[in-house]
Amino acid sequence: MELALIGFVGEKFILVGIIFGISLVVAMYSTYAERKVAAFFQDRVGPNRAGPLGILQPLADGAKMFMKEEIIPTRASSLLFIVGPSLAIMTACIGSAVIPWGQPVIIGSDYFDLQVADINVGVLYIFGVVSLGVYGVMIGGWASNNKYSLLGAIRAASQNISYEIAMGLSIIALLMVTGTLSLREIVEQQHGFWHHGYFTWNFFRQPLGFLLFIVCAFAETNRTPFDLPECETELVGGYHTEYSSMKLGFYLFSEYINMFVSSAVMSTLYFGGYNYPGMDWVNTTFGGTWGPLVGVGVLFLKIVFFIFFFMWVRWTIPRFRYDQLMDLGWKILIPLAIANIVLTGLFSTFFK
Amino acid sequence: MEPLTSKRKVIESKPLNFLERAYLPAILSGLRITGKHFFRKSVTIRYPEQKREFSENFRGMHSLKRDEEGRERCTACGLCALSCPAEAITMIAAERQPGEEHLYREEKYAAVYEINMLRCIFCGLCEEACPKEAIYLDGDIVPSNYLRKDFIYGKDKLVEEPLNQ
Repeated sequence: MELALIGFVGEKFILVGIIFGISLVVAMYSTYAERKVAAFFQDRVGPNRAGPLGILQPLADGAKMFMKEEIIPTRASSLLFIVGPSLAIMTACIGSAVIPWGQPVIIGSDYFDLQVADINVGVLYIFGVVSLGVYGVMIGGWASNNKYSLLGAIRAASQNISYEIAMGLSIIALLMVTGTLSLREIVEQQHGFWHHGYFTWNFFRQPLGFLLFIVCAFAETNRTPFDLPECETELVGGYHTEYSSMKLGFYLFSEYINMFVSSAVMSTLYFGGYNYPGMDWVNTTFGGTWGPLVGVGVLFLKIVFFIFFFMWVRWTIPRFRYDQLMDLGWKILIPLAIANIVLTGLFSTFFK
Repeated sequence: MEPLTSKRKVIESKPLNFLERAYLPAILSGLRITGKHFFRKSVTIRYPEQKREFSENFRGMHSLKRDEEGRERCTACGLCALSCPAEAITMIAAERQPGEEHLYREEKYAAVYEINMLRCIFCGLCEEACPKEAIYLDGDIVPSNYLRKDFIYGKDKLVEEPLNQ
């Protein structure tokens, strides 16, 4: 019994380590990809000096961040000044705990579950973590003891809170379709691609819900067109005005981890997670060890696509004005989300 | 008042219609445009390795020419320095000694010839003034440097490489 427990804990620790490593590497290379993708959209080349095709650029950037002088303003609250970025990056990382990365892998006679925790309130957990993300921004801005940082933090916090409501409402419609909060079950319901004469992926059952969700995901991860919390050009840097060195790096880095996690959540909730057309055939052909890993690869393809889409949008449209942002959140997205709930309810009642 | 130009355009601003207010069609068309650019060939040139072709009358770094026997053409007459509007050129003349006939074409030559590349405006008046066809601005772009003194180019940088070496 104890041995089994140790085995269980060890297995989870390994999985957590792998997921942690992967999300950090993905976030690191998202910074590189962002610059490269931006260059391609603008008919440029992008970073190409550090290593072949500039592949070592993230390392150079990271080294630069670490080497810079670390400044803590004398009148800042020194503990909270450090807590802010730590909280930001921590909340960004722990979101990946409930995402099912693939079907259980069978090695010999053992099952390895590719999900750190299959909790039955997975969606709520994600929401809790996303809400916690606001604290990193708010504490950082407040601890700086600078009016403009505080204003920036309040701006960021009010944006995040406003869009969380619309995000939650858009998820409620999805939950009415799936009937469960467990991410594992939501993914399993989307098994394959086509079943009973209709698509199994939730995107085709909740197109409006997905649209609302992706817009809110842009706002929650502070990406353009909703990157007012950190717009360096028009408003001052925002909540991280006083930050330098790696503490600033953590704030910027947490944005990329957030982007990775929210891409994973979007693919899981709406685009079938690790499911893909013809997966049963692949699973029987490649066996229980390699079949699920193909699914993991498919999930990562979807995630990479969404990250690319985040960047595509960033280099296409300018950012909103703050009043437009609030108008969109409160006057358009929330009523639409409520209408979506009502429509979903009517639909599932009358056309079952 | 009379309009000063006939190219006047009256701009009328209408309230946005529903589709325009819905953002999405505009965003989609924007995504299509940037999507096209994504696959377009980049116009960047990887500069130090690749260079764009200069036009024929491009004026770059100066070079002091040699004649067909490899002797320096410059006689230190000073006309280039005189014509230079930026006063970038200085020189010290010297007399050719016996035995130096293979080095300098005339009896007088420039012992020191300096161009301050920070002052030079690359107008080309020196090459027009030169009676001996000794100076031409046919070189590359003058490279950057850290110290002002390193922009004063002496004969070591200006004189053409000797023939058949």
